[in-house]
Amino acid sequence: MIPEFGHFALIVGLCLAVLLSVVPLWGAWRRNTAAMALAPGLAVGLLVFTGISFACLTIAFLQDDFSVEVVANNSNSLLPVYYKFSAVWGNHEGSLLLWALTLALWTAAVATFSRQLPLLMLSRVLAVMGFVAVGFLSFSLFTSNPFARLLPGTPVDGQDLNPLLQDPGLIIHPPLLYMGYVGFSVAFAFAIAALLGGRLDAAWARWSRPWTNVAWAFLTLGIMLGSWWAYYELGWGGWWFWDPVENASFMPWLAGTALLHSLAVTEKRGLFKSWTVLLAIFTFSLSLLGTFLVRSGVLTSVHAFATDPERGLFVLVFLALVVGGSLTLYALRAPAVNSRLRFEWLSRETLLLVNNVVFLVATLTVLFGTLFPLLMDAMGQGKYSVGPPYFNAVFVPLMALLIPVMGLGPVARWKRDSASRWKAELLLPAIAALLCGLTLPLLQGGDYNAWVALALVLAGWLVLGMLRDAWRRLRAAPDLLRGLRRTPASYWGMFVAHVGFAACVVGVVCTSQYSIERDLKMSPGDAQTLAGYRFEFLELANVRGPNYLADEARFTVTRDGEEIARLAPQKRRYLAQGSIMTEAAIDAGLFRDLYVAMGEPVGENGAWAIRLHYKPMVRWMWLGAILVAVGGFVTVADKRYRRQRVLAPDSDGAEVAHGASA
Amino acid sequence: MHPVRKQRLIIVLCVVLFSSAAVGLMAYALRGNINLFFPPAEVAAGKAPLGQPIRVGGMVVEGSVQRSADSLAVRFEVTDYQATVPVVYEGILPDLFDEGQGAVASGVLDEQGVLRATEVLAKHDENYMPPEVAEALEASKAKGMKGQGE
Repeated sequence: MIPEFGHFALIVGLCLAVLLSVVPLWGAWRRNTAAMALAPGLAVGLLVFTGISFACLTIAFLQDDFSVEVVANNSNSLLPVYYKFSAVWGNHEGSLLLWALTLALWTAAVATFSRQLPLLMLSRVLAVMGFVAVGFLSFSLFTSNPFARLLPGTPVDGQDLNPLLQDPGLIIHPPLLYMGYVGFSVAFAFAIAALLGGRLDAAWARWSRPWTNVAWAFLTLGIMLGSWWAYYELGWGGWWFWDPVENASFMPWLAGTALLHSLAVTEKRGLFKSWTVLLAIFTFSLSLLGTFLVRSGVLTSVHAFATDPERGLFVLVFLALVVGGSLTLYALRAPAVNSRLRFEWLSRETLLLVNNVVFLVATLTVLFGTLFPLLMDAMGQGKYSVGPPYFNAVFVPLMALLIPVMGLGPVARWKRDSASRWKAELLLPAIAALLCGLTLPLLQGGDYNAWVALALVLAGWLVLGMLRDAWRRLRAAPDLLRGLRRTPASYWGMFVAHVGFAACVVGVVCTSQYSIERDLKMSPGDAQTLAGYRFEFLELANVRGPNYLADEARFTVTRDGEEIARLAPQKRRYLAQGSIMTEAAIDAGLFRDLYVAMGEPVGENGAWAIRLHYKPMVRWMWLGAILVAVGGFVTVADKRYRRQRVLAPDSDGAEVAHGASA
Repeated sequence: MHPVRKQRLIIVLCVVLFSSAAVGLMAYALRGNINLFFPPAEVAAGKAPLGQPIRVGGMVVEGSVQRSADSLAVRFEVTDYQATVPVVYEGILPDLFDEGQGAVASGVLDEQGVLRATEVLAKHDENYMPPEVAEALEASKAKGMKGQGE
């Protein structure tokens, strides 16, 4: 009964979404206040019913209801409870439902927290989000119904969740990623609502900004978790593969980064308006494209289309509708919202423009690299693959170009600044960064690594420049506490995010340059020394887990005779499908990780292929990414986002005038 | 010219210049870093280039996997039932690599027609086959049937 109830709730949700996308928009057109006022209620109703539907699917998983097809294919009675829970979104149908639920959550959040918005604007924003919800709910209902039953023919037990997904990281990775992905729909809805109204101003940017920042921060966390998961779960110590699925989440992040910086210019200076709107459309389109790439199966092969043409076609048509529709609207309306403001070349505006160009070019190169194999295959030019070297070759120079400008940005003034002031502010940090960056690699010993030196100089420039600027701000205040309080939260958010980015850069470059990786044949009793750490293979054991059997290799790691860690990597065989999984053992530290994974048994005497890694600074990358996300969340605490009612009078009159001129 | 327009023109020119540089960089990066898939039959027919990164995939021939006694070097053959290509590799093979299963190896073909692999990928799960391999096998099967018909 419960799955049918969930199915029904999903249908009601779709009906509410249809109403939400039509009624308030009609109300906004006819200036019918009653119709517009329905929007928040409909948004909350959408959340309630999508939530019920999701809860029903969760119950089906927790109760091992194998008559539901999705449960039978992705769960097993032996599966631990918390993985049964995450199995809800560890499959196509369930993850789409999660997508829809996340969207409903964001829509209801906008309805709840934006009561101070002019009703006209609010109803348009919610209607646009309702339209997106219609797309995804009908996709879920018509092409990938999560509540489809296997009656008759209910299996006795389920086929189990893919062992790769049986991991704590994967419990929270998809929801976080979706919070980010889907959160950009808010920025998109604001942009479309503004285009519909013909009113793009600082107030619009101020409404849109906190939502964009939060979505972006969630996406940062989601990507970081995905990378961390790949590192310890895939068993070969890589943390970023430029895999199309990863790129699918990375592209909206890049475009979103450009968007939130461009929004800053629009809010503070009223510039780049059309550009910001275009970026908002572009960012959400990339989220949709990512969903399409991952969900249609087009990535494993262009021909997966043939096995399930309905799904791929549905998302493709929806994508075309959203992108085409919003770009058409943009083409019709954007000239009407043009700005005629000026700024000098030496100003924060120029620096943020450079940020935008770099991030946009980065997005496009990743997009090109991701789609190139698909295009070539579709045109019958053969089966190409584009590997990490391509992405590294274009991405690294772009980021190296970005950071010098990034160090200037926070110090620079809006509208007009002078080179002499920049020199006075930043000469000291620049010299200090150069000295630190050039000398620190010497500590590592061995060959001098120019790449590490470059990364340290750039990161030092970023951090020291920010510190100097923060110090200058705090010194201007009568005492430290008041200085801290007087500086707005958005400044501290930026501070933390930029420092996090610097940490991330240092982590990425150091771990890429200094990592030592060895694949070796080892038998119990053997020992190997890596970067001064002695790995001794003590014994081989058999271990039984809740739903798997495993071979476990037991290692001790010593340094100068002192025990550092005991590591026990496993090779697991999951019982339900007999699939084999590598479980790496990691001794984590702030300055280095020690990583041991088992390959396969080779030869006699219990010899195994063993993978030993020494990875310096690898944690900096993820800690940096966490700081970046924290920065994004902190900006939202800014006071000015709470004083909106006074600053945003109802726009009816102004809008009619605009409409006439457009 | 109006100063705002002039500024806009300069910005557009800079963006165009910068993007062209980026496109140039992309083209350069792409040249050395993409690799094309070849089924074993095409490798045997000499259609695959020597000394350039390529991918070759098919089924791992039963009984062809030979390991070195003292290192992780391994030698095996992949086939599409039309031809076989020998592959040498040193390192840890993926969890799902096995004889009689599909695999894709990427590397460089040497003078003797041996693929010196830098990476070996196997299918993701029991039902999944690397798409290139599936297609190559299908093509080879179709050819074989046509051969019988003639």
